[in-house]
Amino acid sequence: MPETDTLNSIAATDLAAASAGAPRAHRVHPGFRLTLGLTITWLSLIVVLPIAAALVKVAGLSWEDVWRIASSERALAAYKLSFGLSLGAALINLVFGTLTAWVMVRYRFPGRRILDAMIDLPFALPTAVAGIALATLYAPSGWLGAPLAALGLDVAFKPVGILVALVFVGLPFVVRTVQPALQDLDPALEEAAATLGASRAQVVRWVVIRQLLPAALTGFTLSFSRAIGEYGSVIFIAGNIPMVSEIAPLLIVVHLEQYDYAGATVLAVAMLVISFVMLLLINLAQRWSGHRPGGAH
Amino acid sequence: MGGYDDTPALNDPSWLRRSLIGLVVLFLLVFLGLPLVLVFRQALAGGWDTFVAALTSEDARAAIRLTLIVAAIAVPLNVVFGVVAGWALSRFTFRGKSLLVTLIDLPFSVSPVVAGLLLVLLFGTQGWFAPLLATTGWKVVFAVPGIVLATLFVTFPFVARELIAFMQEQNTDPELAAFTLGAGGWATFWHVTLPSIRWSLLYGVLLCNARAMGEFGAVSVVSGHIRGLTNTMPLHVEVLYNEYDFTAAFAVSSLLALLGLVTLLAKTGIEHVQDRRRPRN
Repeated sequence: MPETDTLNSIAATDLAAASAGAPRAHRVHPGFRLTLGLTITWLSLIVVLPIAAALVKVAGLSWEDVWRIASSERALAAYKLSFGLSLGAALINLVFGTLTAWVMVRYRFPGRRILDAMIDLPFALPTAVAGIALATLYAPSGWLGAPLAALGLDVAFKPVGILVALVFVGLPFVVRTVQPALQDLDPALEEAAATLGASRAQVVRWVVIRQLLPAALTGFTLSFSRAIGEYGSVIFIAGNIPMVSEIAPLLIVVHLEQYDYAGATVLAVAMLVISFVMLLLINLAQRWSGHRPGGAH
Repeated sequence: MGGYDDTPALNDPSWLRRSLIGLVVLFLLVFLGLPLVLVFRQALAGGWDTFVAALTSEDARAAIRLTLIVAAIAVPLNVVFGVVAGWALSRFTFRGKSLLVTLIDLPFSVSPVVAGLLLVLLFGTQGWFAPLLATTGWKVVFAVPGIVLATLFVTFPFVARELIAFMQEQNTDPELAAFTLGAGGWATFWHVTLPSIRWSLLYGVLLCNARAMGEFGAVSVVSGHIRGLTNTMPLHVEVLYNEYDFTAAFAVSSLLALLGLVTLLAKTGIEHVQDRRRPRN
């Protein structure tokens, strides 16, 4: 809506005049200073101040200490586990989430609406509840754990259990970003490809998937960054053995429980930095993933 | 759709269609449905009396009370902030706007555990505000204020981002008309803006409330797990589970799962209403 944007920029620049008591005849939204001031103040108090505290705390440590804590063997094992499994879970979600979105948008079948509503369950279910439910379900005596154990597959209290929990919490992110993109696809493009003699596989590969890629990658990124920080749904199923199944957020808690605030903060900042760099790389890859038709966002 | 509906290049063969539907339905039922069924099944595994006893024990009642108090403080604060931020970021353009939006979204990409840690760094015994807290005698960490602050941090973006996205899409002509007709800023907000954003606001409130009542990681770091005093419902679930009192843990969980189901139901309902009322540009 470029029209209202111009109006609003007029509003912003004319604000001084308006608030000084000038007649408000020319479509000016009031309250710029008040609302922006409140927004910045509250944001600073609740979000910016605590994050600044962490950065100051790390800045106060010597470089050797920071490096020693951040690169300890146990910390490296935890990053490797957290980032590796989060990447794996996001990839699984990319495939199953896109497939789920496809089935929900393109096909009609009984029970579709209920299943569609259920996709958001991981958003609505508290993580601790999901955690104990998954741990019980996949435990060697559980509803799914017992048959899997009979096949020689142990899930609970193993790294693969962490993967299950991370796929669970991340699934809605991919489905909910791909679904609207799929709904907005212009059928004319698929029809054009078909009239030009493309096969079904070619249409899907070169027209549909090509256009869904930006949305799918956004969903992948959201699912990945959620998985890295996830705690509640993981710790019950993880086993939490140092060096084997101890995720990075749990290691932070371990440091905190020993009142080692410096150690906990260094790990937290290291995690923030690594995920920031990875997200940046994914964003760059997304920008390079080709032209984005129609300015999809 | 036109006349191409029968073209094989535009339709999946029915065997593929059926197997994809089957695969996705099975995946969703096993992966999402089964954990939910399990919560209620386990909660009632010891019979109705055990279930009721688990929910009415003194510790459980204290946990339920604390969870309600925390949500009753955090959700309204988020509503006020969300509306204010929505107004500031949708009705005006200014430099640094996208930075502000990024900062509002930031709590989504911070691990809940780290959120809790940040509060310990500010209010813990060696924290920035430790001297102030020592002189006034206030307690934040391992006390209710810490739990409220942790909840505020993790729920920060819910209402605001929902309203910012919705209000940016909105047609502002009705507001401009109100101004032209001589209505003041407040009158216009109450009578024009607020009614038009109510569904979007409610949507944000629902998600915010579900997260506020269900938050675990951040709250667990700052709470200290003092039974009857600083245990919220999710923390009480953890305590019971770690004591191998599984039936009681799932009984309390079932209340939280019920909250989640109600949230989903209401959310679907609002989406249904909003689809028809979404502003057309």
